[in-house]
Amino acid sequence: MHGFAPSQRLSLGRKILQINWGLVLLITATAAVGIAMLYSAANGSWNPWATRQIARYGVGLVILITIALVDIRFWYRYAYLIYGILLVMLIAVEVVGSVGMGAQRWINLGVIKLQPSELMKVGIALALARYFHGVSAEDVRRIPYLLAPILMIGAPSALVLKQPDLGTALFLIMTGGAVFFVAGVRLWKFGLVFAAAGAAVPIAWSMLRPYQQKRIFTFLDPETDPLGAGYHILQSKIALGSGGLFGKGFMQGSQSHLNFLPEKQTDFIFTMLAEEFGMVGGLVLLGLYMLIMVYGFAISLRSRTHFGRLLAMGITSMLFLYVFINIAMVMGLIPVVGVPLPLISYGGTAMLTLMIGMGFLICTYIHRDVTISRHGGGDG
Amino acid sequence: MYKDSSRFKSFSRRVAFLGGGKVLLLSLLAGRMYQLQVIESDKYKTLADENRINLRLLPPPRGTIVDRYGRALAVNQENYRVTLVAEQVNDINTMLDTLSGIISLEDYERHRILREVRRRRGFVPVTVRENLDWRDVSRIEVNAPDLPGLSIEVGQSRQYPFAEDFAHVLGYVSAVSEKEVTGDPLLELPGFKVGKNGVERVFDLNLRGKAGNTQVEVNAVGRVIRELSRQEGQPGVDLRLTIDRDLQKLAADRLKEEKSASAVILDIHNGDVLALSSVPGFDPNEFVTGLSSKTWRRLINDPYAPLTNKAISGLYAPGSTFKMVVALAALEARIVAPDHRVFCRGHTQLGNARFHCWKRHGHGWQDMYDAHQNSCDVYFYDIAKRIGIDRIAAMATRFGLGTKTGIELPSEKGGVIPTRAWKKALIGTAWQQGETLISGIGQGFILTTPLQLAVMTARIANGGKAVLPRLIRAAEVDGKEEEPVFKDLGISKRSLDVVREGMNRVTNVQQGTAYRARISEEGMEMSGKTGTAQVRRISKAERDTRVLKNHERPWRERDHALFVGYAPSDNPRYAVSVIVEHGGGGSKVAAPIARDLLLATQKRDPANRTLAPAAAKAPAKSEEI
Repeated sequence: MHGFAPSQRLSLGRKILQINWGLVLLITATAAVGIAMLYSAANGSWNPWATRQIARYGVGLVILITIALVDIRFWYRYAYLIYGILLVMLIAVEVVGSVGMGAQRWINLGVIKLQPSELMKVGIALALARYFHGVSAEDVRRIPYLLAPILMIGAPSALVLKQPDLGTALFLIMTGGAVFFVAGVRLWKFGLVFAAAGAAVPIAWSMLRPYQQKRIFTFLDPETDPLGAGYHILQSKIALGSGGLFGKGFMQGSQSHLNFLPEKQTDFIFTMLAEEFGMVGGLVLLGLYMLIMVYGFAISLRSRTHFGRLLAMGITSMLFLYVFINIAMVMGLIPVVGVPLPLISYGGTAMLTLMIGMGFLICTYIHRDVTISRHGGGDG
Repeated sequence: MYKDSSRFKSFSRRVAFLGGGKVLLLSLLAGRMYQLQVIESDKYKTLADENRINLRLLPPPRGTIVDRYGRALAVNQENYRVTLVAEQVNDINTMLDTLSGIISLEDYERHRILREVRRRRGFVPVTVRENLDWRDVSRIEVNAPDLPGLSIEVGQSRQYPFAEDFAHVLGYVSAVSEKEVTGDPLLELPGFKVGKNGVERVFDLNLRGKAGNTQVEVNAVGRVIRELSRQEGQPGVDLRLTIDRDLQKLAADRLKEEKSASAVILDIHNGDVLALSSVPGFDPNEFVTGLSSKTWRRLINDPYAPLTNKAISGLYAPGSTFKMVVALAALEARIVAPDHRVFCRGHTQLGNARFHCWKRHGHGWQDMYDAHQNSCDVYFYDIAKRIGIDRIAAMATRFGLGTKTGIELPSEKGGVIPTRAWKKALIGTAWQQGETLISGIGQGFILTTPLQLAVMTARIANGGKAVLPRLIRAAEVDGKEEEPVFKDLGISKRSLDVVREGMNRVTNVQQGTAYRARISEEGMEMSGKTGTAQVRRISKAERDTRVLKNHERPWRERDHALFVGYAPSDNPRYAVSVIVEHGGGGSKVAAPIARDLLLATQKRDPANRTLAPAAAKAPAKSEEI
């Protein structure tokens, strides 16, 4: 990259050596668990899911490494541009997006169907990291400085909410909120937001679509309608519970294989895993995710640039939200909101989003000693 | 740098908070897992068991198979069976011991059950015993509390009332093998059977129908409390064959007088297969219930090959039944005329080789009619030499020899009609003229099936139309009833008349080779051609002393006896071919069988009787047996 101080330039060979291979290995292991579960979900067949998931993982890995090797100052410089492109795509979904699952979420690029709302999760982390990088510790405490970043979260969230996709909208707000939090925004301001949100609940309720209202009712008392809306959660809990401590064995999950479990290859794949491998299997997977997050925290703290720290924390929080929301959902702790299990669930855009996010994480690690001035160049 | 370090301090404090929060939330997940999977696990296990029987597949009744008049050939019978769900049983061996005290279980049954339990997933029911009688059913029901995981189910099993007489046409159904599992849950139902051979296999998907399902609420011991919803499946389509049950039985009975034989009766205009029999047969009912390995070994090692449908997969040299094709090739090429004459001295010389006529001292002067009537080999050596192998092969192919007819049965064979190019490609040596000569009498490389010979005869008899055989009318499968239109082979009527007159003389002139097997009923006369196919080479030494008579040779070395024919001679409607393996002379052995079949066929005259109403409209359940 021209314009960067030569002293901070790393050769490509050194960068490749610097790639955090331990983290790549963890990601691969998690994806492998997913592929095994997709193989089981298809009743012991590579088709239709497992082979395609392998291909997606392969493509994702190439993207991950590409992103990781590009200089972090490049990403800093173009963070707003990337965010802007994603925002335009979100608007485009409103205009030309194809209608899938009763909601407009996809852009059909011919080769793949893209869900810009998924990619926006990374986009928000990038944009906020860039913004707060340039704001001093004192300024963060002043409200005028917070208007721009609130708009950065608010605009895409509103668009996603309009699709309508309440789950992803909240996801975006929470990802942004995590960056706000580590950036040093005063705690009482969060309290204010929570209070405002509480006050807005009755208004929001009236704006919800009937199916969204039903989901919340169902969540509150799933047993009332066992063959209707409560079916998903109840069947999922039965599958999990009957799996017990050690599970029923690979491909032996009666709930999953007799099709009592809906969407077992996508949102409810954790249930299948926990049915077949029991609590032990579930904890092992949770452990894998925790290790990845530990890497995320370590990379964030080790980075010398505020941009890198915030970006790494944003990405790690995104991963955490994926994991927590999905697993909490299938265990009946929160309403069904349609968030996939990262690196495991069948689906192209989610896999892409995660791999892009992990790419930024490793990029931050490789360029941990690089410094960035406010204008994007090296300053020392 | 100072600014940044203060910012970093606040940042790392917040990160620690965030990290702590995340750990807390993840522990919440782990706690929930513990609650669901350990503390409340038993409750959910019970719920899962209840669930298991929630959605039940309703296997569709398999379509029945009836003959052309709607008479049952393959039917379904109610059948009680006992199944077990492995994971509801504590210890399978103990359970089987208990069960042995109630109904006697053989060792091989135990092995099969244990093998299936290992092979299948724990929640899939496994059949313990089928075809239970009423006493066993009530004994098991009474002891039900001691036998958790066992349940009695009512199913349907396939029955073939005519056993071996229809075995090769109908085939049979039997348990789904691992290779056949496609993911269709229907195939994993205990006791579900699929077609493995014959019509049962070719039309398996039509006969099978579509599964329905019912959602039932059940309690933990498996008793149905109520039905929540029900979606009826679609019963399999009933199939009506072109076969006439009585003719098929007659053919089988008649062939059973021989060791190993086959016969085909065709309608020469529309290709309806009225009978298609191969003897010995096997009892398809044994395959439905599962063969013992002893029976299986016996069937496999039987020298008369009961499992092979010889009518479509037996390959034989056509012998003299091939002579009509040679004559037609010569006439159509305008190389010889019907009055072409050859003097038969009992052999003909080609270079150093001598080719013998079946009649040692010769037939004297023969024209084409005489040559058919007497089946004179020397005459056909002569004309074969004149026209060459490629013309003969082309004509044989036009008459359907050496290629699969496409009949709706598995494992049909094509056979061989040799040409110069064929030999060069396959064997690598040039064609010899001597091989043309022996081809002229249907020996050498030529191999055909009995069905092909019947098709050939039908095409001669129907005036050169390229008729093809069928077991099922199109209406049975797609609802469109249409008489098939077959294209004309382009053979001149003059040539066909010559050959048909020759075949007429075979049975209706006193000197004809099959005169003794003629039909004397007026208006039902049969025309035909005998054939005796050599299966060994007669050595020079043996010919010099005396050719051994058939009954003096071991069975394996005896000649095949063949006969093809059609009737009535003046206005043909039915064609027949009969092959008796190692039966001896065609005129003595095969012709009388053909005569009986053609006579019976004409008396029943299936072509002019009304058929049963199309099977598709027939009631789903056939009551008659």
